[in-house]
Amino acid sequence: MAELTYRDAVARGIAQEMERDNDVVFLGEDIGKAGGVFKATVGLYEKFGPLRVRDTPISEQAILGAAMGAAMTGLKPIAEIMFSDFFAVCFDYIANEFPKSRYMTNGQVKCPLVVRTGNGAGSRFGAQHSQSIENWAMMIPGLKVVAPSTPLDVIGLMAAAVRDPDPVIFFEHKSLYATKGEVPDGEIVDTLGTAKIVRPGKDATILALALMVPRALEAAERLKAEHGIDVEVIDLRSLVPLDTQTVLASVARTHRLFTVEENPRLCGWGAELVSIVADEAFYDLDGPPVRITTPHIPLPAADILEDLALPNAERIADRVRRSLEG
Amino acid sequence: MARKPAAMDDAAQRNSPNDDIGEALRLKLYRMQVELREAEQRAFDLFLQNLVKGTSHLSLGQEAIAAGFGVAMKPGDLSFCTYRGHAHTLARGVPVEKVLGELMQRDNGLMRGKGGSMHLTSVEHGVMGSYAIIGAHLPIACGAAWRAQYKGDKDVSVCFFGDGTTNIGAFHEALNFAVVWKLPVVFVCENNLYMEYTPIGDVTAVEHPAADRASAYGLPRIVIDGNDADEVYRAAMKAFEIARAGNGPSLIECMTYRHSGHSRADPAKYRPEGELEKWKERDPIKIYRERLKQFGVGDDVIEKINAEVMQVVNDATEACKAAPMPSLDILTTDVYADGGWAWRN
Ligand SMILES: Cc1ncc(C[n+]2csc(CCOP(=O)(O)OP(=O)(O)O)c2C)c(N)n1
Ligand SMILES: [Mg+2]
Repeated sequence: MAELTYRDAVARGIAQEMERDNDVVFLGEDIGKAGGVFKATVGLYEKFGPLRVRDTPISEQAILGAAMGAAMTGLKPIAEIMFSDFFAVCFDYIANEFPKSRYMTNGQVKCPLVVRTGNGAGSRFGAQHSQSIENWAMMIPGLKVVAPSTPLDVIGLMAAAVRDPDPVIFFEHKSLYATKGEVPDGEIVDTLGTAKIVRPGKDATILALALMVPRALEAAERLKAEHGIDVEVIDLRSLVPLDTQTVLASVARTHRLFTVEENPRLCGWGAELVSIVADEAFYDLDGPPVRITTPHIPLPAADILEDLALPNAERIADRVRRSLEG
Repeated sequence: MARKPAAMDDAAQRNSPNDDIGEALRLKLYRMQVELREAEQRAFDLFLQNLVKGTSHLSLGQEAIAAGFGVAMKPGDLSFCTYRGHAHTLARGVPVEKVLGELMQRDNGLMRGKGGSMHLTSVEHGVMGSYAIIGAHLPIACGAAWRAQYKGDKDVSVCFFGDGTTNIGAFHEALNFAVVWKLPVVFVCENNLYMEYTPIGDVTAVEHPAADRASAYGLPRIVIDGNDADEVYRAAMKAFEIARAGNGPSLIECMTYRHSGHSRADPAKYRPEGELEKWKERDPIKIYRERLKQFGVGDDVIEKINAEVMQVVNDATEACKAAPMPSLDILTTDVYADGGWAWRN
């Protein structure tokens, strides 16, 4: 057992898989000699050498295209897109190439790769380096989408993503890189498509992802301490595959549903979850499902403005309390 | 010295050590070009009969490039094609029936109708896909070449694209990437003078859209006659040798012309008068038939090849007409590797 940062967990997760399988290769901008702009890949270049950890030019299309060509011919590439916002300049691969190649070719072409990327706000980087874009990936049939919130999950889900035969988009939250957690020694392998109840409770279900998980947990503690409200917090971890069973079972117990989403409002992942619960568990609900999201705006740079935009523990707790009190 | 009669010249040339192509290969190149021509001509006829649905982009007039490269490639080499990919797919030995079947959306098609004309793929023949987003496959071909380099394999990735493709970012990203990583990939620009309907010269800063950019990536400027299968074959072999020796990528611009419109919807009215006729004088199959005669191949041999190819295309057509439509259950298969489409539990 060791205490590890989320940042170091990224490197450990990749290293675990590269050690296991020589076909796992890693490419991206500044990821090798420099150890990554977020220092999340420090030591990999030294450990695995320049043939397996390859620095690339600033060519996001080439990075993802090359990852795909390598994947379809037998390697297991991990590609880094430095900031998830940059998906917009290489979206063809994410939207048209990775996820459709297997289907269009009647199963002939395989695309077992991982795209890992720095996602989310909190760094005061402004509107083009702070977005939460899980829903950009979630909307595309053929992709798998994960977003871990703890160092342990980073390692386990990274292993699951690398071993998965489908293209996986792996969202790392930039504001979680410095956070710490206990991680056991030895190999860690998790399962995609499994949500985790990170705090059991009986009065309401809160669904959260990535940075919103610790905020939802903090809100839960406040609600308990200040109002005696006992909420269940579920870390979805994986948007595709989506563990709806854990969600539906929780709502059947608590009868209330809240989502906490960092993305701007429209078409956030919570909308899909609310829709599923409305379709399949409507009569379990004692009140309307509530989505707590960033407003539908680009993100500002100034800290007081950015902090105002994102859901935080206070806002989450307040919204849940008002809702439950009717 | 008195001039030798022409017939003697031919005989001398036929047996000369300078005949690097040789008769067997020459007949193969001819047969391949005729097969591509007849198969695509048939696709067009079937479209007029409403048996080929959707869109299709023919390579009529551009066969020498697909044939030259296809014949030069070894098993294990990988092709990356565009939506104008019927010829390149057939040139790797994919049966005509499989291609026509896909165009006719039948169960016997290469992808059972799930991909269609623009996405012909046959991994078992090294055809790693036909890509319909301009430029997307250049970086993908780099990735396949990276795998070969990483594994120490000697196969080459060959990526075909049009003149219009040289103005999209992925072209430039891929070229720089391939050179910096010294990848065994060959980029083949089929310059047919037009993007969809706009002449390439109207929208490009240089005369030769691919070759004139090569120097920006430290590559030699290569422009060849894309309607001469021998010249294409030679250029391919040279580039493959460089790639297999670990000396990196090549970029080859092949000058050619498409006889039909951009796609089946295009009557190609934008062409200046006489342009098509001029290029038909340089029809690759016509050029090659003359070449065969120059080397003493008789009309009987040529006609026999033509008839055999026609038989293959006719048989394929009948097989496709008789083939069932795909079963409806494949609508949701192969979205994910487990064979299905489940995104939730
Ligand atoms: C990214 C993108 N932009 C535009 C198109 C529409 N489009 C299809 S084919 C084509 C022309 C391509 O010209 P060229 O590269 O010369 O190839 P050719 O069709 O002549 O073989 C265009 C613009 C597309 N498929 N993808
Ligand atoms: Mg063109």
